[in-house]
Amino acid sequence: MDVQPLTPTDLALAASLLLLLGLLSWRLRLGLGRQIFIAAARTTVQLLLIGHVLRLLFAHVHPGPLLLLATIMLLVAGREVIARQQRALRGIHGWLIGTGAMFISSFTVTLLALLVIIGQTPWYEPRYAIPLLGMLLGNTMTGVALAMDRMTETLWQQRHIIEQRLMLGQTATQAVAEIRRQAIRSGMMPILNAMATAGVVSLPGMMTGQILGGSSPLDAVQYQILIMFLICAGTGFGTMVAIRWLEQQLFDHRHRLRLERLSSGTRKTLQAGP
Amino acid sequence: MPDLEITNLCFLDRGPYSFHIAGGECVGLRGASGTGKSLLLRAIADLDQRTGTMRLGEVQADEVAAFLWRRMVALLPAESCWWLESVGEHFADFAAVQDDVLVGLGFDRSVGNWHVSRLSTGEKQRLAIIRLLANQPHCLLLDEPTASLDQCSVSRVEELLTRYSQNNNVPMLWVSHDPVQLGRVCHRRFLMENKGLLVDTGVVQDGRSTTYSH
Repeated sequence: MDVQPLTPTDLALAASLLLLLGLLSWRLRLGLGRQIFIAAARTTVQLLLIGHVLRLLFAHVHPGPLLLLATIMLLVAGREVIARQQRALRGIHGWLIGTGAMFISSFTVTLLALLVIIGQTPWYEPRYAIPLLGMLLGNTMTGVALAMDRMTETLWQQRHIIEQRLMLGQTATQAVAEIRRQAIRSGMMPILNAMATAGVVSLPGMMTGQILGGSSPLDAVQYQILIMFLICAGTGFGTMVAIRWLEQQLFDHRHRLRLERLSSGTRKTLQAGP
Repeated sequence: MPDLEITNLCFLDRGPYSFHIAGGECVGLRGASGTGKSLLLRAIADLDQRTGTMRLGEVQADEVAAFLWRRMVALLPAESCWWLESVGEHFADFAAVQDDVLVGLGFDRSVGNWHVSRLSTGEKQRLAIIRLLANQPHCLLLDEPTASLDQCSVSRVEELLTRYSQNNNVPMLWVSHDPVQLGRVCHRRFLMENKGLLVDTGVVQDGRSTTYSH
């Protein structure tokens, strides 16, 4: 059974809904029209582009282009993590933490899944590798960005308390223990919530796609469970790495709070979601 | 006996500061607001980036971990922070706090269970002093310790801190805007002028005994 292909007219019909939404936003002065337009344009262009890239990639199964694409995805995700933070760490470290944490978690978990769990030959079969990596990267990106934003923002707001605790002879690790915990929790929250409601409230995207593509629901469900577990592990490890690393950058060897290493608190324009 | 020796301490665009406070000696620090008195205390507590050496007794600041230095060289900020629910939770071991310290500042043991959200400014300040002394510091840096207190509490705090300093041979650096208070508690006075220039204005001339030992 094949998927019913969509014609440009079908997509145009869906786009007209967004047009309607834009008009409404204009009438109500919500100021969202521009953002809806940009987000829709980005989605269309980016997805069409990746569609062609994937078609090429599937035709020539080779680890080289696969790694290239994976690297580009990682770099873009790293930039996005910075953009989503109100007070990001200045300099190369700010970018390195998010990117490094996502690299460590997403790439290792994806490799583990490809080599050990799925065991497709060759392991770099792009039909498995790219969707897996994409889902892991997208979700760890959300988790890492949320956690880092929470950490820097709370540290900024509670800087007097942190310094008071340092004055009383606590180590930097002790002084931020609660904040670190909160930050990691808020990074994990989206995936934990998604796991809690999966199948009951929401039908996850990949499973839906597989069912639309003609897989049996039971096969699709098993893959979805696998993905959820991988995402949860990847997000958890990635968030912990990022927060530890961030903490090291925000204190120096004399356990001093170094908030001047953060950029001032102006959030860049809201980016379109994944 | 510990004495505090500061040599060529520089931080931000200030310094170098070099001075010595003997064990059991109290040095007053005066100066207009904004001249950087609090910054100097922060630098001695090693909370800001600095250069220069600091020694307390046998201990060089750079040779011990920063948190150990801060346990020895205790800084009382002008405004204390309380982040947990009850007062007692902010102490490593509230049960170990001596009764005479609590009574000396007008509390009893039940204060450990008080809710932080219901403390007055003055109560917070007095409890911050108790919390600081509970660490058994070897040097005290006091940033306007009595600014928010009524006259009765002021004398109690002065008495408690002076007694602690004398009994344990602890050097004290006491920031205050009140020259009369500095006359009461200090042996020597520093004046911080504009741009953070520190002037030693010498021994206090009000007949207070200066029998602390060097």
